[in-house]
Amino acid sequence: MIAEHPVIQVLIPLLGAPLCVLAARGVFAYWVALACSLASLFVATRLLTSVMATGPIVYELGGWAAPWGIEYRIGPLNSFVLLLVALLGALVMLAAKKSVDSEIPRERRHFFYAAMMLCQTGLLGITITGDAFNVFVFLEIAALSSYILIAMGHQRRALYASYQYLIMGTIGSTFILISIGLLYQMTGTLNMADLAARLPAVGDTRTVLISFAFFMVGVSLKMALFPLHMWLPNAYTYAPSAVSAFLAATATKVAVYVMIRFLFSIYGPAFAFEKIDVSQILGALALVGIVLMSAAAIFQTNVKRLLAYSSVAQIGYIVLGISFANVNGLTGGIVHLFNHGLMKGGLFLTVAAVVYRVGSSDLNAFRGLGRSMPITMFLFVLGGLGMIGVPLTVGFISKWYLILAAIETGHWLAVALVLLSSLLAVIYVWRVVEFAYFQPRDRSSDPVGEAPLSMLVPTAILVLATIVFGVSTEWTVGVARAAAVFLLGGHS
Amino acid sequence: MNEQFGLFNYWVVITLMMTGFYILIARQNLVKKLIGLNIFQTSVFLLFITMGKVRGGTAPILDKSIEIYSNPLPHVLILTAIVVGLATTALGLAIVVRIDHVYETIEEEEIHDLERGIKR
Repeated sequence: MIAEHPVIQVLIPLLGAPLCVLAARGVFAYWVALACSLASLFVATRLLTSVMATGPIVYELGGWAAPWGIEYRIGPLNSFVLLLVALLGALVMLAAKKSVDSEIPRERRHFFYAAMMLCQTGLLGITITGDAFNVFVFLEIAALSSYILIAMGHQRRALYASYQYLIMGTIGSTFILISIGLLYQMTGTLNMADLAARLPAVGDTRTVLISFAFFMVGVSLKMALFPLHMWLPNAYTYAPSAVSAFLAATATKVAVYVMIRFLFSIYGPAFAFEKIDVSQILGALALVGIVLMSAAAIFQTNVKRLLAYSSVAQIGYIVLGISFANVNGLTGGIVHLFNHGLMKGGLFLTVAAVVYRVGSSDLNAFRGLGRSMPITMFLFVLGGLGMIGVPLTVGFISKWYLILAAIETGHWLAVALVLLSSLLAVIYVWRVVEFAYFQPRDRSSDPVGEAPLSMLVPTAILVLATIVFGVSTEWTVGVARAAAVFLLGGHS
Repeated sequence: MNEQFGLFNYWVVITLMMTGFYILIARQNLVKKLIGLNIFQTSVFLLFITMGKVRGGTAPILDKSIEIYSNPLPHVLILTAIVVGLATTALGLAIVVRIDHVYETIEEEEIHDLERGIKR
């Protein structure tokens, strides 16, 4: 049974999308989407346990053997990312019903859920596949559906934000397509493992160098690495709240995964880090991004936008971990990829709850919410502590490994800047806390009640998970370390 | 000279790519930007098709009389990419139509001005 799981993982949401459209109006579309998300979470969990117990799973699509057919290859790294995507997909979907009902007009809701399913399909597909061209196809499925989802935001700025994302995202994925084309030209194969075996022989040619350059720029656009992040703050601010939560937690993380996968298991550490030394430029961009974007977050007056800037900064941490190219750095990067997904998902869901009750994500709308929405704001504070990196939260674990790796390689500046950015995080989290707990609510405004249980429970699960994985780190760090060792010890 | 002529397709690819990219960056009109994006993507299609072509080769048909044939795989790959490009253009145009509805303009600067005016 487990042998068929890889393809089922992608098929469930892919078939869920047309079912949502067929279910048409009414509430059925939501239940179809929820059922698919939960089923795909179940499959992802089984895949991860199986990979950790017995090693990588290989699935040949349609029975065609590897270099000719498309192969799904699941190792520790991608089963970990699969779980993140499926988990966030399921929890956001659990919380989404009320929020979507209030933000999306009735006649568009089933299209919304269908686009949500397609987005999950794309993200899961990118993560699971072992074929370079297949990555591009799923990348576009995920991207096109997320443009649709963002354009569904109820403010008119959402349309323009979506258009900007469409332009930037298409440039990014076309760059990746060019890079894959040039790789194919040099090696005659698209299978990742096969590419890795054949590339060293032609590693000195200019074509491979140029394909590497195109890939790095394209994927950096996709994951919003500073300074290619311009599309992200608008997109996350004006998207429907549930979409912001899902995309912020998963979309950029999956792009980071693509970068890790190409750097380590296609081009190989010997090419990427010794021959070209990409770690210099990645590390520098990551550090500048971490500090500047954390600082930019402080000056935002919209909480969604504040969290979006903080997301760009957090991508910096992950990339910093990758740029060290040693076990501790990569472990920190991968663990932060997972942890940041949990934290940002939780934080954006609390904002979704506020938007549902108050109707705005403006800082002013948060006045006095500490009293009227105590549980929601308490969850926000817990998530915020994670962003800062307070001990006993997941944020601390990731930063611990990053700083260990920085000390190991003697990058003292990196240590200082990571600590500085934690202080900046204190300020931007504090701004929200100040408005929520220390500013009175306007007398004239209507009284506000606590968020509905259907939103509180998934949010609480995510936020409590950040505490649980912050206290007992064996599982997350164990998987991440296994993935890091796997990546550095050569390709599979 | 002969070698340069052999690379003719690649020169076209680069010219188209840069033309499209320039339109994308320099134009303010949202529809023109999409046209630029299209030219940019088309250049990549040409790149793939060119690399699959073998000089003097025919279509890849399983027949004893055919000895040299072009590589069909890049051509098939690019069919997928064309579909993706089509979907992107259609979606982009649909968004532009809705932008035109709510802003009554498709000039980037005018949209920025409108947003600033509202914030004040």
